[in-house]
Amino acid sequence: MIEGIGVFDILVVSTAMFFIGIYGFLVRKNLITILMSVELVLNAVNINFVVFNKYLYPDLLQGYMFSLFAIGIAAAEAAVAIAIILNVYRQMKGIDVEHVDTMKY
Amino acid sequence: MDRLSLLVLVPVITMVVIALFKEPKKVRIIAAVGMAVQLIQILFLLVAFFAERGAGNTSEMLFVTDVVWYKSLNIHYAVGIDGVSLSLILLTGVVIFTGVFASWEIEDRTQEFFITLILLATGVFGFFISLDLFTMFMFYELAVIPMYLLIGIWGSGPKEYSAMKLTLMLMGASALLLVGILGIYFNSAPGGGPLTFNFIEISKITIPAAAQYFFFPLTFVGFGVLAALYPFHTWSPDGHASAPTAVSMLHAGVLMKLGGYGALRIAVMLMPEAAQGMAWFFIILATIGSLYGALGAIAQKDLKYINAYSSVSHLGFILFASLMFNQVAYEGAVLQMISHGLITALFFALIGMIYARTHTRNINEMGGIMKVMPVLGVAYMIAGFASLGLPGFSAFVAEMTIFVGAFQNNDMFVRVATILVVSSIVVTAVYILRAAGIMLYGQIKNKEFELLPDARWYDKVAVFILVGVITGMGMFPGWLAEMIFAGLTPMFERMAN
Amino acid sequence: MPTELFSTTVWIPIALLLAFAVVGLFGHKMKPVVAGGISTAAILLAMVISYSTAYFYFFSDGLVEGKYVMLVPFLHEWLRFTDTLSIDMGILLDPISVMMMVVVTTVSSMVHIYSFGYMKGEKGFQRYFAFLSLFSFAMMGLVLAVNLFQMYIFWELVGVSSFLLIGFYYQKPAAVAASKKAFIVTRFADLGFLLGILLLSYFTRTFDFPTLMDPGGTAISSMAGLSFMGVSTLTWALVLIFMGGAGKSAMFPLHIWLPDAMEGPTPVSALIHAATMVVAGVYLVARLFGLYAMGAPGALEVVAFIGAFTSLFAAVIAVTQTDIKRILAFSTMSQIGYMMLALGVSGYGGEEGLGFTASMFHLFTHAMFKALLFLGAGAIIHAVHSNNMGDMGGLRKYLPVTHIMFLIAALAISGIPPFAGFFSKDEILAAAWANNQLYFWTEWFVAGLTAFYMFRLYFSVFWGANRTYEHQPHEAPASMLFALVFLGLASAVVGFIPFSAFVTADGVPFQTHMHLNIAIPSVAIGIVGIAIAAWMYMRPGTVADRLATAMPGLYKLSLKKFYIDELYLWVTHTIIFKGISAPIAWFDRHVVDGSMNGIAWVTAQVAEKTKKMQSGQLQHYGYAMVLGAVAFVLLLLYWGAR
Repeated sequence: MIEGIGVFDILVVSTAMFFIGIYGFLVRKNLITILMSVELVLNAVNINFVVFNKYLYPDLLQGYMFSLFAIGIAAAEAAVAIAIILNVYRQMKGIDVEHVDTMKY
Repeated sequence: MDRLSLLVLVPVITMVVIALFKEPKKVRIIAAVGMAVQLIQILFLLVAFFAERGAGNTSEMLFVTDVVWYKSLNIHYAVGIDGVSLSLILLTGVVIFTGVFASWEIEDRTQEFFITLILLATGVFGFFISLDLFTMFMFYELAVIPMYLLIGIWGSGPKEYSAMKLTLMLMGASALLLVGILGIYFNSAPGGGPLTFNFIEISKITIPAAAQYFFFPLTFVGFGVLAALYPFHTWSPDGHASAPTAVSMLHAGVLMKLGGYGALRIAVMLMPEAAQGMAWFFIILATIGSLYGALGAIAQKDLKYINAYSSVSHLGFILFASLMFNQVAYEGAVLQMISHGLITALFFALIGMIYARTHTRNINEMGGIMKVMPVLGVAYMIAGFASLGLPGFSAFVAEMTIFVGAFQNNDMFVRVATILVVSSIVVTAVYILRAAGIMLYGQIKNKEFELLPDARWYDKVAVFILVGVITGMGMFPGWLAEMIFAGLTPMFERMAN
Repeated sequence: MPTELFSTTVWIPIALLLAFAVVGLFGHKMKPVVAGGISTAAILLAMVISYSTAYFYFFSDGLVEGKYVMLVPFLHEWLRFTDTLSIDMGILLDPISVMMMVVVTTVSSMVHIYSFGYMKGEKGFQRYFAFLSLFSFAMMGLVLAVNLFQMYIFWELVGVSSFLLIGFYYQKPAAVAASKKAFIVTRFADLGFLLGILLLSYFTRTFDFPTLMDPGGTAISSMAGLSFMGVSTLTWALVLIFMGGAGKSAMFPLHIWLPDAMEGPTPVSALIHAATMVVAGVYLVARLFGLYAMGAPGALEVVAFIGAFTSLFAAVIAVTQTDIKRILAFSTMSQIGYMMLALGVSGYGGEEGLGFTASMFHLFTHAMFKALLFLGAGAIIHAVHSNNMGDMGGLRKYLPVTHIMFLIAALAISGIPPFAGFFSKDEILAAAWANNQLYFWTEWFVAGLTAFYMFRLYFSVFWGANRTYEHQPHEAPASMLFALVFLGLASAVVGFIPFSAFVTADGVPFQTHMHLNIAIPSVAIGIVGIAIAAWMYMRPGTVADRLATAMPGLYKLSLKKFYIDELYLWVTHTIIFKGISAPIAWFDRHVVDGSMNGIAWVTAQVAEKTKKMQSGQLQHYGYAMVLGAVAFVLLLLYWGAR
């Protein structure tokens, strides 16, 4: 743990990341940006895991393990998501989410 | 395997065998053979029933099988028959058998058609043998759903619209019905103890009055919609008009009787107190229905519409009789179910056959049919006379039994209603003779009609069997009436007390 | 002994029904003569049985201790309703049913024989005979009914056979319309009959005639003291039953079907619409006469009034008609009016019951001479191929036998002695005189009118202008002449039967005598009527036309049958069809069905509006989720803080 930085500051950062991610997820129309926003949310959660593990249960490793697990999942998810995005791009000639509506109604 | 479950099994086997063959010719023959076997086993059942009764077996239901199906809700697969259900099974057997012959000319997806048709019949047979409200409801749904496919795929005219309308209205009704049945179930043990779906058991207890007043209208209307209770009858003209011949026959002939049977046996007989309390309202509806249907039929041009409105009128008699709280009237109601089932099946069969030749159902475009198709014409006249309650045919017996029964109520309101219902038989004569006069008699209007063929052998099979049964029932009604009366006695006595 | 003997009567309906079934089902494969032969054999068998039954009933076995009793040689329970109410099929023998058996089988046999000639070469010859057998079966069932409901059953069956026979020429629109009209009008009347039966049986708890008519029974007392709208229930029931009878017997205002029914083949008109079926209404009232006379004198007054009015009304119309069959049809109505009147003015026992006897007597004689008139008219139509009096004249030279027979019948109906009609009419007038002189004078006047219009017909057809015919009219074939001569002889002699010795209201025979004070004026007016007719029509002349132009209003009214048909047409067509039925059909399609469709439409509209919320955009759902979560948290904080 980096000395001199309080848990409060770290939580501020992770909360900010979380809401930036949520904001980006909700308002951006570009699929890549949305994917990035999701990554931000995931990473904010990872930070929280690590911090809480460190401060609340220093003897245990669940938090670390969980964040590692989440990073792994995120990698796999990014691969799948980018594959989908590529296919969407090929089909729709663009990656704007609002244009992906052929199955609507 | 007990003999009642065979009634469900034989159609199922027939369906399986049909599924193995694709050629229309083979499919028809298999269907005919299967339904012939079914009819024969029903006749054997009838003999066995009388033998059993003759041997002194006085238990209410015969040939009972009772298997626990789902223990925690006390759902059983319970089957049994008495005079009432047996007579309706007989009706179903006759109508489905003749229905197969009436659909002999179906060439489009024959295999699927017969499978669906027989599936419908399976549901009806299952309904009439069930003693358990839950399985009864299940079979009811089994009978209603195939209608959608049969009308939607093999129908004519605005078939999708009609199929949708019919299915939605009947589903709406069965939603009410399900609530009603569950209500009965949850009140089936007012003194504590296990709840039951078995309606014979339920008829032995008294459902609390408050529950009766809540669930009776739901159940009665739920069944009533299927029996064309005014003002929920409008699915019937459209549905019949679009349905293929055999489906109209089966639907008007048998399926609508499910409604009458349920309204009488389940709604009224299990909840007599509420039925009596609310009778006035439903008597008004039934009276309106019987007059209104008849008057509405006068103004129709399409043969199937005429017959559909006529069904509204005649089923009004059934609902009316089931609210009379008189065993004779109840007997009349059941007789009317059978009689109307046969007559309307004959009507729809003939209309289908005439339509297949003339390609029109508009009576104003026809004329002189009697000359080109004497067999069909005479049969149509017979159906007409039977329908207007001429002695010698089944409807006379049924209607007179209803009227005599209804007249035993010495109550001014009921008497006036009875007189109104009786007067609808005059209107019946008007619309029947009007249609027959325009269509069958007179000069041939369309030159092309002069070359049309008369009934083929398979048409004759269907027509002759139905005419024979209608006449037989009209001339020798005694045994049937007695069987039904005896079947009604145990429940009626419990209800009256 | 009697019961065993009389049990052969059961073969009458069986034979006729079998004949109907065989000829109806297989007739089209038979030769016409074979089919006709089967039917005729059956009715002849029935006639033989009827005659022997009548002989044994009236002369040996029917009279028990000075009273003709009711015998039930056959009884079978057909359909049971309650402990006491059941429809039985059986055979009831009493004076009137035995008398009717004779009438029906005689006329029917003659009509069968006559039809061989008349219908020769017609398409549907076999069908015709099948229907005749059906009719005879139904009529015998009606006559022999042991039970009110059995009577109703056969009542409907005669109605339907009448329908089938009127519509025999089913490609002719007029015949189809007439048959439909006949069926529907009588069906409407039968509604009254049925309601009357139901009402009566509810109180008396029985349908059986022997129980109902038992003078010491409970049938009347069970209904004593019950009333509805100030009229006793028994009267209501009997008036309703009379409504059925009035429909079948073409009493005003339910008479409109009978003239049109003449569209059927002429022998059918003779059998059904003159001699047998149309008097079923009279028979019905006579059958229940004990109840009418003892329990409901008010109902009898209705019967008398309707009868008297109809006899006058129909006679007035008959004066101006030109279709010979229609003249006869109106004459039938008029004569049935006589019978009804006689029943209406009758008492129950002894001399009081003269009206009853007279009515039955007139029924009997009328059947003979009216059947003869119709069959004669058939022979005329057969010869000249027209129904219209204007196409005829001077036929006595071509049709000598028919002419004589027609003259006998015309004299009989005009009440000229010694022919049959004189005796029965005399008794009716005597009964009317004893009851109400207004009725007497009405009927006396009608007797004159009858003589006038019958001889108007007779003179116009057989005398009048000598016409040249396209085809030489020829006398009818032997089978037709046989029937004519047989009925001619009957019309001449049956009047001498001392009817009151056999047929009385209470079954006890009594002696009648000639009523000279009645007979002289009635014969006188008959002769006056004939004389006027002879003056006007025997030679070609313009008297009739001048008379018609002198009274245009009355003439038109009579010619148009007082516009009753138009009134009915207006009621059925404008009120019922356009005013009730068509609006109901519209209402059903647009309001009732419209509301069902409306429910569906509302559902679809709601779905249409709300489906926009389901945009498919994950981001929109995300918004909703986040906002919801925030709102939820805020709410929790708010509630938690309190």
